[in-house]
Amino acid sequence: MSQTVPIRLYVNGDRHDIEIEPRRTLADALRDDCGLTGTHLGCEHGVCGACTILVDGKPVRACLMFAVQAEGTSIRTVEGLAPDDQQLHPVQRAFWEKHGLQCGFCTPGFLMLVAGQLEEKPDTDEEEMRDVLSSNLCRCTGYQNILKASMAAAEEMSG
Amino acid sequence: MTAVVPPSWTGRSLPRVEDPSILRGHGRYVADVAARDRCWYAKFVRSSIAAGRIVGITAPPGVRIYTAADLDGVGEIVASLARPDFVTTRQPILARDVVRFVGEPVAMVLAETEAEAEDALERVVVEIEPLPAVLSVADATADQARLVHDVDFPGDPNTVVDGRIHTPGFDEVFAAAAHRVSVQVGSARQSAMPLEARASHAAYDPATGRTTLHVTTQMPHVIRTGLADVLGIREDDLRVIAPDVGGGFGAKMALAREDVMVVHAARRLRRNIAWIETREENFMAAWHSREQVYDVEGAFTEDGDLLAVRADLRCDVGAYSCYPVTYGVEPLMAMAELTGPYAVREYSVRSRAVLSNKCPIAPYRGVSRPVQVLAMERLMDVAARRLDIDPVELRMRNLVHEFPHRIPSGLVLDNASHRQTLAAAADLADVADFRRRQRTARDEGRLLGIGFSSFAERTGYGTPAFAARSAPFELKPNAVADVITPGFERVVLAMDSSAGVTVRIGASPHGQGLRTALAQVISDELGVAPDEVRVIHSDTDATPYGWGSFASRAMVMAGGASLLAARELAGRLRTLASSRLGGLPGDIDLSDGEARHRETGESVPFFVLARDTYHSSHLIPDKGEPALEATATYDPSGTFANACHVAEVEVDPATGAVAVTRFLVAEDAGRLVNPAIVDGQIQGGVVQGIANALFEELIYDDRGVLVTTSLMDYLPPTLHEVPDIEIAHLETTSPQSVTGAKGVGEGGTIGAPAAIANAVSDALAHLGIDVNHLPATPHRLRTAIRSAQAAQAADISDRETAS
Repeated sequence: MSQTVPIRLYVNGDRHDIEIEPRRTLADALRDDCGLTGTHLGCEHGVCGACTILVDGKPVRACLMFAVQAEGTSIRTVEGLAPDDQQLHPVQRAFWEKHGLQCGFCTPGFLMLVAGQLEEKPDTDEEEMRDVLSSNLCRCTGYQNILKASMAAAEEMSG
Repeated sequence: MTAVVPPSWTGRSLPRVEDPSILRGHGRYVADVAARDRCWYAKFVRSSIAAGRIVGITAPPGVRIYTAADLDGVGEIVASLARPDFVTTRQPILARDVVRFVGEPVAMVLAETEAEAEDALERVVVEIEPLPAVLSVADATADQARLVHDVDFPGDPNTVVDGRIHTPGFDEVFAAAAHRVSVQVGSARQSAMPLEARASHAAYDPATGRTTLHVTTQMPHVIRTGLADVLGIREDDLRVIAPDVGGGFGAKMALAREDVMVVHAARRLRRNIAWIETREENFMAAWHSREQVYDVEGAFTEDGDLLAVRADLRCDVGAYSCYPVTYGVEPLMAMAELTGPYAVREYSVRSRAVLSNKCPIAPYRGVSRPVQVLAMERLMDVAARRLDIDPVELRMRNLVHEFPHRIPSGLVLDNASHRQTLAAAADLADVADFRRRQRTARDEGRLLGIGFSSFAERTGYGTPAFAARSAPFELKPNAVADVITPGFERVVLAMDSSAGVTVRIGASPHGQGLRTALAQVISDELGVAPDEVRVIHSDTDATPYGWGSFASRAMVMAGGASLLAARELAGRLRTLASSRLGGLPGDIDLSDGEARHRETGESVPFFVLARDTYHSSHLIPDKGEPALEATATYDPSGTFANACHVAEVEVDPATGAVAVTRFLVAEDAGRLVNPAIVDGQIQGGVVQGIANALFEELIYDDRGVLVTTSLMDYLPPTLHEVPDIEIAHLETTSPQSVTGAKGVGEGGTIGAPAAIANAVSDALAHLGIDVNHLPATPHRLRTAIRSAQAAQAADISDRETAS
């Protein structure tokens, strides 16, 4: 199984030319081959959502997609969320201000999930946001502040 | 001049200093350390048989494999207590000759990538001759039961802890009571299920001969002790680092056999080795908890005073004893704390830990207290119904309200607010209004229920409390204690020559925001801003020995030590400042990074005092040390936080599904250092309690094979299953905590299951259904509802026939 193929990934605007086995998941390729370890793996069977990233703007479980399937797409991970070293993305800022994280392991997945939702639909209401957030698991926060943070970000991004 | 009172940093919901790096994806968890390294990967071949003899292990050439036969010089994990009823067993690092549970590590393979290690795993063949598996407490303790370990059991077979308390006046009071009410409660096996499964990465350094282990743990110092003892090396040959840790909840406070293997292989091969656990392995082998059944009987007066409690507590602890807290952790805590906040005078209890061919238990948030509280709170509701007393009134009548109060097991309840939290919760709940809503809903065929749960949570306990788990023992000359007694926390606080403040702590936070909260405590004493206090933790090379973060202790213990150290350092700054500004140290106030003479208003920046100390040490006024440093240890005997939870539920009679529609918490964990963090702990805890009550269950089949090994089978709640959680705070301080803070990490999980069981029982009371065994899954409730309806229908038709 050591035969590799060359692929090209565009992640957060950067080009990554990597050599991987066809069986490599997108999550592993991002973490091990692109050095982007902000995307976490909590279950590797598509339930927990810790590995949620945006592929062409849509939330995707990076553990359920092969890296070779992502060729030619535009990928965004948590490392590409903030505009620069000084500022945070509104969703990141809201999670900080509303205490939306504890151990932080699920956090990148939630940030990408919410950022993807709000960039597509900034006026997402609370009921729909509850639905969206139910995609991912958090074991620390009880979700209360994740919801509050997501709605605070929605208010900012739709305002 | 009028004295200016500086604003207190303590008590404010400051955003956490921990967060920005995590939010940017710069958090560093163990798997991230491995991903940046060209290390080899370990995978473990695990037993697929619950009990059996290993006949053969074969691997094709080219597979790098370790079995028990390759572990010369490696010891076993032994976690023991010095009690006459305690039976010690040994945990080999890889199964040797026999396997004792499905998931037990039998062999380790190594490969250059994780995928190749998985391929290698597939090529190893393990032949095991099955033996009858012991899968229940009843089977395990029967005459002629098969023994899980071939050791001497002085009492019942497979019984490794058999604790008893019987107060002298019990028999008389119990026999004479007007009412005796009994309940049996139970909990399924559960997994703490941190979102980051276990992981370790060992790096061998040929230059020093040392090995650095990054491991996802709650107690790096203790894990280092355990590893060194098992490997027969000195602790200073190892450096243990817990980097960012993706949740612990107790499941990361036990020494893992896999971690021993990773360190062993790294040392032998002089290579870096990583092990990243899969979710399936985590369910099978990374510690379970809570498989407990309690029979509890309360003796009440005619007026509802609870005079005496009799209890038989049984904990299925699996196949091995977890290091360091042992498999006594569930039954011994339950025995000591069962009666909780109630003023019970007489107590008779038997509390057992019983072995089985299942995954070993370790602590999980609350340990046995969720089941203890379930027992006492179901007892209160069942008794209230029997005695025709309002359940809130019955609790109020029996809650301890004068402190200190010694409970029959000998523990002393310190200042708390049991009655006040119950009153606050009842107020918020507005039971009269709920009963109206309940009646209206009932007319529409909808089943609503409400349930209360009052509890005391022992927190922040140090060495005295842990020592009490063992009988007093005498040390032989030259012999070390073979019992581990956790306790103290220690900190080293220093101001450097640029006036930067750093505190090194033995505790090891993993998501609790302790860095922020400790900085708040220290900054108030020193007169600096919290973001100027750097907290260093979780690295055995950089921090003083400490026990770690568990048992709702870190804020009490590390917080107390930090406060004491900060007071000492502040005193030193005052002394130095008074030599520059005149007057006495007592005339000096510290704020905004300066020392100011209260009368003259003259001030000197800390920077100057720091430079004086380190760079002009010949000028130090009292010829003191050329350092601004304070070390403090805090080791209190423990305090009790308390709370009352209220759940409102709606049960769907067609499906048996329960919706938690409202959840209230009136809690008292003493002084709130950072209210947002406290609320976060409570919210997360309550949701794990809801999970315990309704959703999560590890299920073994009748051959001892775990069938819930994925997140499709084991069901943590999502936001969809969780209501808004309303929280009210009381702040009763105790002399047992120098900061005034009591522990708050576990309370949510401890109280919620009972509140929900009482609420579901209330919703189904008209059917005569009592919910005593958790989780109350849709299948269980639907079955109970169907059979209750069938029985009522039969009853009606019987009566019609009779008339």
